[in-house]
Amino acid sequence: MKFSYFPGCTDHSSSLEYGLSTHEVFKALGVELVEIEDWNCCGAAATHSLNRLLSLCLPARNISKAQSAQAGPLAVPCAGCFSYLKRAENVLKNDEAGRKEIEEIVGFTYQPSLEILALVDVILNRIGLEKVQEKVKKPLNGLKVACYYGCALVRHPKITQLDDPENPQYLDRLMKSLGAEPVEWSYKVDCCGADLAMTYPKVVKKMVGKIVSMAKEAGAQCITTSCGLCQMNLEMRQDVGLPIFYFTELMGVALDVEKKENWWKRHLISPKGLLKSSGLL
Amino acid sequence: METMTSAGKVDSSFLKEVEKRSGEKLSLCYQCLKCTAGCPTAPYMDFRPNNIVRMIQMGMRKEVMESSAIWFCVYCQTCGTRCPNEIHIGILMDTLREMAMEEGFHAKEKNIHLFHEAFIHSVGRGGRAHEVTMLMEYMLKSRDLMADSLFPGVILFLKGKFPLLPSLVHGKEEIKKIFERCTKEK
Amino acid sequence: MKKLGVFICHCGVNIAGTVDVKSVAEKIGKTEDVAHSTDYIYMCSEPGQQIIREAIREKGLDGVVVACCSPNMHENTFRKAVKSQGMNPYLCEIANIREQCSWVHQKEKGEATRKAEEIIHATLEKVRKNESLEAIAVAVNRRVLVVGGGIAGITASLDLADGGYEVILLEREPALGGHMAQLSKTFPDLDPAFGGLLSKASEVEKHPKIQLHCYSELEDVKGFVGNFDLVIRQKATSVNGAKCTGCGLCIENCPVEYVSEFERGMGIRKAIDMPYPGSVPNKAVINRQHCRYFLDGSCHRCEEVCPEKAIDYDQEEERISEKVGAVVVATGYELYPKEQLGEYGYGEIPDVIDGLAFERMLAPNGPTKGKIVRPSDGKVPKEMVFIQCVASRDPDRYMPYCSRICCMYTAKHATIYKEQVPDGQPYIFYMDIRSDCKGYEEFLQKTIEEKGLLYLRGRVSRVFQDNGKVRVLGVDTLTGKMVEVAADMVVLATAIVPSPGVKELAAKLRATVDRHGFLTEAHIKLYPVESSTKGIYLAGCGQSPKDISDTVSQASATASKIQALLSTDKLLQDPLIAFVDEGICSGCGICVEICPYEAREMDSHRGISIVHSALCQGCGACIASCPNFACELRNSASNQILKMVDTFVT
Repeated sequence: MKFSYFPGCTDHSSSLEYGLSTHEVFKALGVELVEIEDWNCCGAAATHSLNRLLSLCLPARNISKAQSAQAGPLAVPCAGCFSYLKRAENVLKNDEAGRKEIEEIVGFTYQPSLEILALVDVILNRIGLEKVQEKVKKPLNGLKVACYYGCALVRHPKITQLDDPENPQYLDRLMKSLGAEPVEWSYKVDCCGADLAMTYPKVVKKMVGKIVSMAKEAGAQCITTSCGLCQMNLEMRQDVGLPIFYFTELMGVALDVEKKENWWKRHLISPKGLLKSSGLL
Repeated sequence: METMTSAGKVDSSFLKEVEKRSGEKLSLCYQCLKCTAGCPTAPYMDFRPNNIVRMIQMGMRKEVMESSAIWFCVYCQTCGTRCPNEIHIGILMDTLREMAMEEGFHAKEKNIHLFHEAFIHSVGRGGRAHEVTMLMEYMLKSRDLMADSLFPGVILFLKGKFPLLPSLVHGKEEIKKIFERCTKEK
Repeated sequence: MKKLGVFICHCGVNIAGTVDVKSVAEKIGKTEDVAHSTDYIYMCSEPGQQIIREAIREKGLDGVVVACCSPNMHENTFRKAVKSQGMNPYLCEIANIREQCSWVHQKEKGEATRKAEEIIHATLEKVRKNESLEAIAVAVNRRVLVVGGGIAGITASLDLADGGYEVILLEREPALGGHMAQLSKTFPDLDPAFGGLLSKASEVEKHPKIQLHCYSELEDVKGFVGNFDLVIRQKATSVNGAKCTGCGLCIENCPVEYVSEFERGMGIRKAIDMPYPGSVPNKAVINRQHCRYFLDGSCHRCEEVCPEKAIDYDQEEERISEKVGAVVVATGYELYPKEQLGEYGYGEIPDVIDGLAFERMLAPNGPTKGKIVRPSDGKVPKEMVFIQCVASRDPDRYMPYCSRICCMYTAKHATIYKEQVPDGQPYIFYMDIRSDCKGYEEFLQKTIEEKGLLYLRGRVSRVFQDNGKVRVLGVDTLTGKMVEVAADMVVLATAIVPSPGVKELAAKLRATVDRHGFLTEAHIKLYPVESSTKGIYLAGCGQSPKDISDTVSQASATASKIQALLSTDKLLQDPLIAFVDEGICSGCGICVEICPYEAREMDSHRGISIVHSALCQGCGACIASCPNFACELRNSASNQILKMVDTFVT
């Protein structure tokens, strides 16, 4: 099994541990990820604010690169990138004038056969939870996780086409298959405000504070997410010390892959205490 | 007393223009306020999302263009997902911001504008976003040197998450062309 | 000694929340002849009735008091229940401890409990002396009178006539159709109303079971359900209807013109004219107040030109007597007069018109042939203001109720306006939009989307004339801005009010109207088409504002209720009527004069007054007026009433 892979800019920076854990987990699952050649920034998450056309053309260039790579469906780990790619795909598929404009600017011909998938979708629906479960060596027994989806993967549902926008389940299902205990809570799709993280930190602190405290109130020991911006923002703007994992990191723990120490040291809130007390470290 | 206009006419050209550019059918709005109810940043806006739609219907171009609301929208799409009339306010806000800048309106939230610009510039330079140069540009232009903004950047830098040197694409010329075309088109 | 049973209902918390039902049941149970006293949460429910039935069986009761709500609600229910156990139903009485006790004494629980006891004791006194009675069978006249020839009356008449019943249909105007004949198109499908209405009206005209009396009014009614005696006053049209072919020559030649009410003052008509073009019946009528022949004898033009010799100046109004078993009141509505609305210009601004006037303007057969123009100068209005809730939902000054059709017809008006004047801008002032029937909300949203209507949520403070414009001052509460529109024309969605004359008609029929003049139904939910008087039924806007769909539904419901009523030859009637102690009656005849039902008559042989049991409604007028106390009411005899009063005063 093989997928083309769009790492996104934060793969080398703010969500370094997301990329690292993704590679280790896929290695363990025996699934190949082929990084598309010379990819560029998809434009997320500010381009659309000032320049709609640019916010469509930047991801379109990556789509063109993925088309020529012919390495299977395009897997996208970052929720922001995924949402930008899907918005461009939506215009390319459904708006003829828009498609022609983008094709002309970027210089390619769109092929609707290219699938664009969120990484979590690849794991759940292409690889399958049975296969994941087979590989679990250290079940996350008793670990109470709040699955946090945020905005970009579930909204707008007509574009992302991933899951129920009000009460999505895919991360919960994945966590269950790893042996963890996802908690019931009602803030899983609330916005964390990452867009304003630098310009209005006070506002964002309130937004993040609400999400984190509600997770805690629901009994969660940690939060897991599939969005680079959310992870960084939730870690940076909270003051209760609740660890925030990329879902691939928790998969890595359960699959007991190598080099995990390299991930933990990147966290602003170290998850090691929790992992230790849960017998996972 | 404010008069709609001297001739008693609402400037419906604004509504038509925004509807055309955004592709959103704003005249369908019946002010149920579902958008505002679920909006995470509405408490910080000068006009709430539903008000913005109404003001467009009433032709209040200047008030809309100079509002803070269009800058506080974080495009979380909660409104667009729930709107009973399928109005995507996120898309609407994008359109309004673009129009406001084109028409030379002063951005009520200068820093948000500068931050978005700094991001786009950083992508334009090397094809990929680079946090350090982006933050530098933003801080210099905005003079926002508050510890609250600076401090996390330093921490992330120390954690090895903010590399000093940007990662660049080979096809820099392609990126440059895309940037030129997308800005020239308007 | 009797064996009586007392059954006290909690009515949920309606009674038990105020009255201590347990203690009442216990205390009443100590009365000597009360063999059974109990309480239950809902006596009217099946398990509640079962308690009564079992008690009758097991204790051999011969009288029952149910202490509960008003007898209007469940007297029948409980009488049926006792009857099923072989007890005479008239030995069961209701003690009303809800409307007359718990509801009105919610803050005085102790006193309410004491009062409930007294009411039950009083009712026990009545039951102790009650006689076993049998219902009286009365012959039924199976014909129906329908008053009002609008869409409600037309529908009810056709439904009844198609069901095989003979119908007499009265219409005050010279033709059928009512206000529906004035409408252009109808919401939500923008279907032209006129054609459909006319085909229904001609069905009425041709129906062998329907006797149509246009230009007629109900002058007098006597009798009661199953047996009403009517006098119809047929006004003189001065045209022999049998001869008139509707050719229109007389109209062409008539020299007298006057302002047409049908066109809401925007058109003119002749002294001899059709009620409206293509009307049913399609016969000319002379308006004697305008005709020169009748004013000064100076003109005979119509008589001269009529090829059929149909003009009959000497025609006189007729009085026609009829008998029917039931009556439908379908008297319709009028719009609140704009002359009484100060802030909208007291009806003195020519370019401020009401909804029906705009309908006439939109109608292809109307005064402008369907073209929207300003009444003042005939120019096409480019700025058009529609104002909803004019005199509706304004309890302090005008009408407290919602007129129900204005939201939708205003949307319709604005839509048609925008279709006809694409560069015009319609503004609609509203309080909120009520679009609660099938397809209405969809219609509204579609028109807003397609037609670019601008809805302004707020009321208008003033409308005044200024330099050829009509200035409208108001507010848009959604932006919080005061707004001012220099309009070319304004359409007011004025409140629906009952037609003039309904109060007088209702009095003749002994039906009741509410404080606004709408006919009241027996029960707003359970008996919505029955009036509070038996045999009198309701349909259309005379009962409350409603649109055509609801009017037609209600008219059909009324028709089917009447068909059920008239499905038998005999009607069973309560035997709770007057009777005469022949030994005491002196034959003075006061009762004969006072009886409103003509149920009392002198027996000249015996020199006494007798009671026609089929006619007597048990109203008690004769009993109160009898100087010798020779009359009594069955099961409400003087000795019973006095005993009941004793309970309260001792």
